[in-house]
Amino acid sequence: MEDDAPVIYGLEFQARALTSQTAESDAIRFLVGTQSLKFDNQIHIIDFDDENNIISKSVLQHEAGEIWHISASPADKAVLTTCYNITSESRVVTSSAVWRMPPEWESGSHESPDDPHNSHNPQSLDLLCHLDNSAHGNASCVLWEPMGDGKRVISLADNHALLWDLTESSTQATISSSATLEGKGQLKFTSGKWSPHHNCTQLATANDTAIRGWDLRTMKQIYCIENAHGQLVRDLDFNPNKQYYLASCGDDCKVKFWDVRNISEPVKTLEEHSHWVWSVRYNHSHDQLVLTGSSDSRVILSNMVSISSEPFGHLVDDDDLSDGEDNHNDEKTKEPLQDSIISMYEEHEDSVYAIEWSSADPWLFASLSYDGRLVINRVPRALKYRILL
Amino acid sequence: MDGDVSNADTTPPDSDPARKRRVHGMLKLYYGLNEEGKTVDQAESLDPCDINGPHFDPEVYLNKLRRECSLGELMDQESCMVKQIRSLDSDMQTLVYENYNKFISATDTIRKMKNDFKKMEDEMDCLTTNMAAITVFSARISGTLQDQHAQITKLSGVHTLLRKLQFLFELPARLNKCLELQAYAQAVTSHRRARCVLQQYSHMPSFRGIQDDCHAIMDKLAQELRQKFRDGGSSAKDLSECVELLLQLDEPAEELCDKFLTHARSRLEADLLGLEAELRPVSRTDILEFIDRGCNEFVSSLCLVIASYQELFMAVGKLHAFVDSLAARYFSLVERRIQEEKSVGDNSLLVRALDRFHRRLQAVAKLLPGSAVPSQGTEIVVRAARERVKQYLAALQSFYLDSLTDVRQALAAPRLGGSSAGGGLPELLSSLSASILNQIKTVLASVHLFTAKDITFSNKPYFKGEFCSQGVRESLVVNFIKFVCQSSRQFCESAVDRGGSTPPALLLLLSRLCLDYETSTISYILTLTDEQFLVQHHSPVTAVTALCGEAREAAQKLLNHYVKVQGLIISQMLRKSVETRDWVNTIEPRNVRAVMKRVVEDTTSIDVQVGLLYEEGVRKAHSSDSSKRTFSVYSSSRQQSRYTPSYTPSAPMDTNLMSNIHKLFSERIDIFSPVEFNKVSVLTGIIKISLKTFLECVRLRTFGRYGLQQIQVDCHYLQMYLWRFVSDENLVHFLLDEIVGSTAHRCLDPAPMEQSVIEVICERG
Repeated sequence: MEDDAPVIYGLEFQARALTSQTAESDAIRFLVGTQSLKFDNQIHIIDFDDENNIISKSVLQHEAGEIWHISASPADKAVLTTCYNITSESRVVTSSAVWRMPPEWESGSHESPDDPHNSHNPQSLDLLCHLDNSAHGNASCVLWEPMGDGKRVISLADNHALLWDLTESSTQATISSSATLEGKGQLKFTSGKWSPHHNCTQLATANDTAIRGWDLRTMKQIYCIENAHGQLVRDLDFNPNKQYYLASCGDDCKVKFWDVRNISEPVKTLEEHSHWVWSVRYNHSHDQLVLTGSSDSRVILSNMVSISSEPFGHLVDDDDLSDGEDNHNDEKTKEPLQDSIISMYEEHEDSVYAIEWSSADPWLFASLSYDGRLVINRVPRALKYRILL
Repeated sequence: MDGDVSNADTTPPDSDPARKRRVHGMLKLYYGLNEEGKTVDQAESLDPCDINGPHFDPEVYLNKLRRECSLGELMDQESCMVKQIRSLDSDMQTLVYENYNKFISATDTIRKMKNDFKKMEDEMDCLTTNMAAITVFSARISGTLQDQHAQITKLSGVHTLLRKLQFLFELPARLNKCLELQAYAQAVTSHRRARCVLQQYSHMPSFRGIQDDCHAIMDKLAQELRQKFRDGGSSAKDLSECVELLLQLDEPAEELCDKFLTHARSRLEADLLGLEAELRPVSRTDILEFIDRGCNEFVSSLCLVIASYQELFMAVGKLHAFVDSLAARYFSLVERRIQEEKSVGDNSLLVRALDRFHRRLQAVAKLLPGSAVPSQGTEIVVRAARERVKQYLAALQSFYLDSLTDVRQALAAPRLGGSSAGGGLPELLSSLSASILNQIKTVLASVHLFTAKDITFSNKPYFKGEFCSQGVRESLVVNFIKFVCQSSRQFCESAVDRGGSTPPALLLLLSRLCLDYETSTISYILTLTDEQFLVQHHSPVTAVTALCGEAREAAQKLLNHYVKVQGLIISQMLRKSVETRDWVNTIEPRNVRAVMKRVVEDTTSIDVQVGLLYEEGVRKAHSSDSSKRTFSVYSSSRQQSRYTPSYTPSAPMDTNLMSNIHKLFSERIDIFSPVEFNKVSVLTGIIKISLKTFLECVRLRTFGRYGLQQIQVDCHYLQMYLWRFVSDENLVHFLLDEIVGSTAHRCLDPAPMEQSVIEVICERG
């Protein structure tokens, strides 16, 4: 049961933006956006060959500016959105746009990263449309409608949440509705998540220490968890299988799990990181697996069995593996497994700002640290088999 | 001599000489010859030459003399012997003469006696005739008086009978009189005496009349007794008297017994009602009075009832149920009263009350051996003791919380006055821990009353064992210590969610308190408890080490939390300062930003605050001129290849490589990591948190040229002051390097400021 060693890929630039290619369900593919003020920024398309443990990359130019957030269309492999900084002499503005990858990227660029020639003449992304939000302030992230047809996105800009309809093959974006967060001081959305439940009519956003839920049909707030975290809330994620469950993380080094029907207390709190937690992700298929990345340079994979959709798990002890069929019936009677940390990944040496599960292989995930190091890890095999069998 | 003759046949001939010698001995005795002479005689008797010996043989003697002595000697011997013979002869003559005289006088005496006896015989004959005459007369008198004697006997019998009859005839009147005078006992005795006779002669009409009369009267009497019995006004003693009389009147015992109990119950219930009235808040008496009243009225009446019942009915059949039911009510009242005893001020009153309660129940135990009442009473005492311990725990806890509130106010007060934060921390700490310790001691002393020697229940097994170990040690002392730790931990948890409502100084103080508990106080308190209560560790008790571990954990948590809160306060300042500024369009730095000065000031005051309670701690050796040396790290780094600052406009690969190499050799820094119990470690933690926040904030911004330069200035300023607080100054250097490096990365026009200018600005500021 030896686990495979992590695979590490280094980018030349600093990077914060990472996403898996949501529409791709066969190849393990991640997209990374770089941050550089002086050089042209790039989007690295990282392909991982699971069998041979080999990474191959292709690079696309993203000339518009440094990338703060990246998000791939759930319907069209080639379409993605970025939030990027445009810096002029005296101003820094963050805006967002929808891009299409040039059609050749897949055929011509499957070369190993060792090949130096490839990066010399990279291709550029084709701009489909701007999510023109100059009136609404700096964009912090763009969210695709989960499992949608790639026609609807939400962008969060300062204190506005804007719902866009993409029309004409995504070349036109029009605001169909918007919500504005109002209150004292300068309110600003830090991040958000489009709920895959309730027919995709709900959105959760984070601003400062609060988490808010919105109904997209009315664009009205439906719940608000004040002081969800002691400090800034950095990220959110919905449990893909339990519609009311939500994970959040923040600067108080905690990861909290909420049942939005009862927001007075978190269902569960994890305090394993020793610095701010920047990102939290549920596994798409096995929601007991929760991944967190933190600026203490660690990635932690936790097994939150007690609040997962499979609280009793498909767990069979190693001894019983041989007669698995017989045990199928007694599963319900088994004691629930304790919530536990599965492992702590320490391959990074700088703050980890982004983590993402692969959309193709549920047992595989990537993490990205500020120094441009992308690490691809797998769920330990022992656990994988325990969950599967 | 007669005996001698009669024995002659039977006595063997050779015994004769012995007999003679005995007679001779008797004579000798008579003449005053002592025993010694005889023995000398006997000793020499075997020698035939002893002239005085009984075996003297003249022939042998003569031969011997002739053989042994000379003629002269023989002559002398002979003359001497002649002389002796002569003297012996004269002696013998004297003796014979004397004996003769005595014989003569004896003969005279005998003759005189003969005459006297003859006279006496005549007088005896005369007496005999007189006696015969008397006998004759006496017989004649007896014969005459015979008839009259029988008559007298008969008369006296009649007299007695008449007296009895008179008694019988008078009986109704007498009974009536008794009834009138209420001398029931006398009436019943009289009636009992007459009853049998009346019964026996009831076939005679006159007696029957009497009997009927008596019956009527006695019925009336019984009626009256019953009435009296029923009235219930009479005392228990009267009551038992009544019952006794009724019993003698052949009332059915069963019924009486029931009635007796019913009656007793009603009176005891009246007592209970009285007691219950005392329970009402209006007529509030203290518990001792209450128990006293209960004992004096209820318990003593109960005892009386038990005693008289046993005396009267000689059985305990219904008594147990009766006693149990009443005692249960009494106990419930007592328990209600005990439960109302909430104030924990004076325990002695309660203990004395319980003692009295328990003591009085022992009387019941003696009277009614099989009863469950005393054991139930003991249970009540045990419950009360348990409840008491709980109350004391609650009191201790609220005292602790009150003390904390006081400390909180004391912490807030000097700040209002404008003096430095946490000025009197050590004093507050010592007064807090002293007052808690005092309180614990007071409570222990109060609880100790339960086990005092003069308290009757203190030798019950519960109070000897479980009360000491489980009650006092575990549920009072151990629970209190646990409570202290727990409430301290709660400060850590609640404060995070409510945004640091607990003043940091309080966290620090509590942390020190818990640490002190771990090092000494806990073991002191437990030893004190064990000594006072002689705790025998039959049941498993919480070990000192476990408690110490808990206290240490709490101390650690509090200190960690303190670091977190203080770090957060500084972090917030730094974050605001970074987030709110337009770094692209800022002007050329002329000063260190005020916020940095504020950071250094705050750090210094935290340093002072922590220093008041915690020791300095170890720091890694640093050079004497730290601020200068580290200053060169990023000023002259371009010349030194030690660390190429990332703002050199070189290839990005280069930067990454350099910083990665740097990181390879530096250890991973855990930002929010547990700290040690010393000042340096605490300060290191706070500075780490602050600088890491600074770094992360910087990375989210974009800087212009002057923005970078401002950060350079700020970092240099921090460098100058912060190194002295931390255990390893390299940590500060590393983080500040990272900040400047990251800023350079995020800078549109990375033109660093000259080191000398930075220095000037910093020194001026």
